[in-house]
Amino acid sequence: MSEIPGDLKFLKSHEWARVEGDGKVTIGISDHAQGLLGDLVYVELPTVGDRVEAGNACAVVESVKAASDVYAPVTGKVVEVNAALSDKPETINEDAYGDGWIFVVEAEEPGELNELLEPDAYAELLEDDDH
Amino acid sequence: MPFIPHTEADVRSMLDAIGASSIEALFDEIPSELMVQSLAKVPEGLSEMDVVRLMRDRAKQDEAVLNFAGAGAYEHHIPAAIWQIVGRGEFYSAYTPYQAEASQGTLQLIYEYQTMMTRLTGMDISNASMYDGATAVAEAVLMAERSAKKGPRRVLVPESLHPAYRKTMQAIIEMQDIEIVTLPCPDGALDPASIAAIEGDFTALIVPQPNFFGVLEDVDALTDAAHARGALVIAVVNPMSLALLKAPGSWGTGSAGADITCGDGQPLGVPLSSGGPYFGFLACKKELVRNLPGRIVGRTTDLDGKGGFTLTLQAREQHIRRAKATSNICTNQGLLVTAATIYMSLMGPDGLRKVAAASTQNLRALRERLLRIPGVEPLFAGQHHFHELALKLPKPAADVVEALAARKIVAGVSLGEEYPGFGDPLLVCTTETKNASDLDAFAEALADVLR
Repeated sequence: MSEIPGDLKFLKSHEWARVEGDGKVTIGISDHAQGLLGDLVYVELPTVGDRVEAGNACAVVESVKAASDVYAPVTGKVVEVNAALSDKPETINEDAYGDGWIFVVEAEEPGELNELLEPDAYAELLEDDDH
Repeated sequence: MPFIPHTEADVRSMLDAIGASSIEALFDEIPSELMVQSLAKVPEGLSEMDVVRLMRDRAKQDEAVLNFAGAGAYEHHIPAAIWQIVGRGEFYSAYTPYQAEASQGTLQLIYEYQTMMTRLTGMDISNASMYDGATAVAEAVLMAERSAKKGPRRVLVPESLHPAYRKTMQAIIEMQDIEIVTLPCPDGALDPASIAAIEGDFTALIVPQPNFFGVLEDVDALTDAAHARGALVIAVVNPMSLALLKAPGSWGTGSAGADITCGDGQPLGVPLSSGGPYFGFLACKKELVRNLPGRIVGRTTDLDGKGGFTLTLQAREQHIRRAKATSNICTNQGLLVTAATIYMSLMGPDGLRKVAAASTQNLRALRERLLRIPGVEPLFAGQHHFHELALKLPKPAADVVEALAARKIVAGVSLGEEYPGFGDPLLVCTTETKNASDLDAFAEALADVLR
């Protein structure tokens, strides 16, 4: 399993969020999640301009064996989506925390970020799942 | 003898284990006024011998009937080889099989079917079929709404779409908060200019071709008009007509054609059978494939590098995606698709073209004969027709249909009930199964009962 970058925060449902400093939050799914899904074949992206609410499904990642919702870790407007995933969804398998980002949200309530899991807590969660 | 393996003691011990007093008690949450008390209209059982006699008598009533009814179900000649092949044990299955990949022959047949349907419709991808034309239209509407995401949840449906399709569609989609806007067709076809004038956004326009009245719609202008409004075009077509008419994938001027194409596959080798079972088809452009419901067979290469067939894009189906599946439909009409595939293979493009051409030529010949009868006029003069035509008669069509039935002629379908605004016209249809003396016989009999 790859190293979890220290600047990320997580949902229990395996989404990560990176605060970019200008109020924007980049969102993707964890390396662990892509491993569980297997080879990704399709990503249904949200639309730029959509308003997403924390905890609501707003994208879908589909592998050869399952299609899973991606939940928004924070509330806000979608300002950017990773259109390159349409042609190369496997980027998420290859680089879940980097080029495999899915979308960027302009967070409305920065307080929500405090409710997300720190990398250590997420790693612990994964270990508990293993037992 | 009912084939129930449990003894009374088995049933009792199971009821005791869950603490229920009787099997009926399992259903006590259903209010008693909703329970059927007796099946008064269901007769007592008959012996096999009596049933055979009854059904033989009933079947006799269908013998030697000259049929000019269409209205969604069409009498075409079905070469004897087709159902002979369909009946083979290797093919004789109603659905895509469980453990589908173990049945490579069935999957190959469905794959061939999908290929034929995409060629016929000009679409990029077809599913393995739906229950019938009506449910295929409903699924096409749901598909259009899904692909529009937070779309207007509003679809335009011309009254020239088959009335049964409209009712089925309404039953399926009305609980999903989708508004159906019914467009009047006083001249028998949609006016493309009326699409531009529609107030408010809409997700899709349904374009039937030919429409329920047998009239050819101005599909190019309608497609352009809907696309200009940012809406999708759902083509509802008679597959047989596509042997002569422009494929929906090429509708419109320079635009990319209809987005979804669906309809009933019955004309392709499926007998009338008193109304079913038939099968629906549903095909679309590639960019909509993630929203296409139902089974899809793909071609692939196995670990040893050998070619094979497999169910594909299953992640959007309900056995994987549960409540978020694209549809609750996870199956197809396997047996009827088998017949259609064999029919299309045996007929080939030329055969289909000949059937379609003979059908439309027969309509022209019949029209000529019928319009000579005093008081008989086309309901929509000046429109072009495929193989069906609505006629104004000097008497109510319902009475005429009854009078001709006594002479073993099915004159057509009376439209009075579904379209009260048009009076009581008669919808007549010709296929390649009619010859000149059939047309003469019909014209003479009609003239006689109208006298």
